Amino acid sequence: MLATQQTANVNLPENYVPKRYSAWHTFKKNWTLLCLGLPALLYLLVFNYIPMIGIVIGFKNFKYNQGMFGSDWVGLNNFKFFFQSSDAWRVTRNALGYNAFFIVSGVVVAVIMALLLYELSNKILIRFYQITMFIPHLLSWVVAAYILYAFLNVRSGMLNQWGREFLGWAKPIDWYNEPGPWIFVIPIAHIWKGVGMSALVYYASLMGIDTEYFEAASIEGATRPQITRYITLPFLYPTITILSIMAVGKVFNSDFGMFYQLPMGSSMVLPTTDVIETFTFRALQNGSMSLSTAVGLVQSIVGLCLVLFTNWVVKKINPENALY
Amino acid sequence: MAQVIRTSEKISKIVIHAFFLILSLVFIVPIWVLFSISVTSDADIINYGYQIIPKAIDWGAYEYIFTSAANILTAYKVTIIITVVGTVLSTVIGAMCAYTISRPDFAYRSKVTFYMFFTMLFGGGMVPSYILMTQYLHTQNTYWALILPGMISVWNVFVMRTFFQQIPSSIIESATIDGASEMKIFVSIIVPLSTPALATIGLLQMLGYWNAWAPAMLYITEQKLYPLQYLLQTMLRNMQEIMKNIELTGNTNMIDLSNLPMESMRMAMAVLAIGPILLVFPFFQKYFVQGLTVGSVKG
Repeated sequence: MLATQQTANVNLPENYVPKRYSAWHTFKKNWTLLCLGLPALLYLLVFNYIPMIGIVIGFKNFKYNQGMFGSDWVGLNNFKFFFQSSDAWRVTRNALGYNAFFIVSGVVVAVIMALLLYELSNKILIRFYQITMFIPHLLSWVVAAYILYAFLNVRSGMLNQWGREFLGWAKPIDWYNEPGPWIFVIPIAHIWKGVGMSALVYYASLMGIDTEYFEAASIEGATRPQITRYITLPFLYPTITILSIMAVGKVFNSDFGMFYQLPMGSSMVLPTTDVIETFTFRALQNGSMSLSTAVGLVQSIVGLCLVLFTNWVVKKINPENALY
Repeated sequence: MAQVIRTSEKISKIVIHAFFLILSLVFIVPIWVLFSISVTSDADIINYGYQIIPKAIDWGAYEYIFTSAANILTAYKVTIIITVVGTVLSTVIGAMCAYTISRPDFAYRSKVTFYMFFTMLFGGGMVPSYILMTQYLHTQNTYWALILPGMISVWNVFVMRTFFQQIPSSIIESATIDGASEMKIFVSIIVPLSTPALATIGLLQMLGYWNAWAPAMLYITEQKLYPLQYLLQTMLRNMQEIMKNIELTGNTNMIDLSNLPMESMRMAMAVLAIGPILLVFPFFQKYFVQGLTVGSVKG
């Protein structure tokens, strides 16, 4: 370490002091570049940083006519109200339960699909598979809700038809009024819509592998499964780690679109489809601004801590895979 | 021995192909079902329920939409405007910022990057943004309410930055020595060399705008500003909307309501909302895997 430093310094005069620029000088040198980024940075200031001031609403009893700063302080009452309600348990349980499943299934299914796709060499078919895998991701959750409706509609829906014909269901399932089946409907919808995209993300990182590794391995007599297990898969570890850190950090966050659109506003299925986002949105709709803000704030802070924590853990295990 | 390995490899490839073909069906058939219902007459739907393959093809729903459903066409117009304007603005502004933080000699690089990264970690939530948009910026019932939310995605900016960083810095240095301004370098060097990344991000932003319904739900109450997705949402939840539409378009033939393609029309609208995306996507697809190196976003 010391030796390399000495060799690096060998050309410099003995009394060399790195030149220090004044702040103004630095600014003059960089301002044109800064200007290019300025519109985006201002956007973030207005739409991401300034709303952070609005967090105070969570500690107030917000009334429109009194405004954000004029409304009365109520301390932690909004937080207490939320945590003492049965909704708190329900939305937390649903968010954690579904996300735990999504994280595991997302990694396992998508990585398997990516590895299988990587085994193939027919360019045209690969492209066809890529397109079809990606198509569900292109749809909005509104359209996904239409598709789901085609399957679940009580009267004409296909699942009830198939159930009657092939499984001998005596009476149709009233999907939009029964919470039970939704613990399967939501995960299936989530996988259907997102897994192709995740698989392609992993596939994209596989494209960067130098094929020399494979040639060397097969000369050494490695079989295909061995190559996949010991060469291909390890290439995915950084991507898996990064995406998983992000996912664990967002374990209390759910896809608002999915949970809001798929049940089509049926309050009967809320026990299994209500998550924090849908709860805060309903509170906003009902005019309970303060409650909504308070819940959102708890979610944000917990999320921030989780990201920092998971990243810290990963850094301890393997610094190269950490997010920052 | 080598022969055995080769045949076993062949078999495994066939199995994998079969797997992906079935998977493709799983991804495509549900979308096909939408189309199939949209070309089924309501009488057939009542008698037989939804069918994967329609018993008889009936284009009535589409005819109705294109001849008398004025608010659907208005919604199309709104969606196209916000998609075009929004995509251009967000891609250009995002790319400029990505270029700034991609330059290793940019003095405020780490500070600016952190400033951006922090917004991914923490936010004020739904209500403060809602109050900002409605009480301070007064964007209700304007196009801005549909364009501004989600215009800059920090994640997308970081993806572009990673791509720009792969451009050899010697090219930029020599341009600087030749006296080119930063703007000029960006426009005439960075942009042409980054088509795959820009196309990818452009596609993502376009999708985001085309598929957006939440901003309309929060900020739009006038029906003439409903984007397609929000109109779809209200229609799926609310048959009233269809009735209102009939009244608005002056189709006063209220007694004939039973003849209206209700169920199939809703599905036809969903098909029309997907259509343009499916048409555009294959053109972007070739850039996609190239541009999708999310794994290297880190740093």
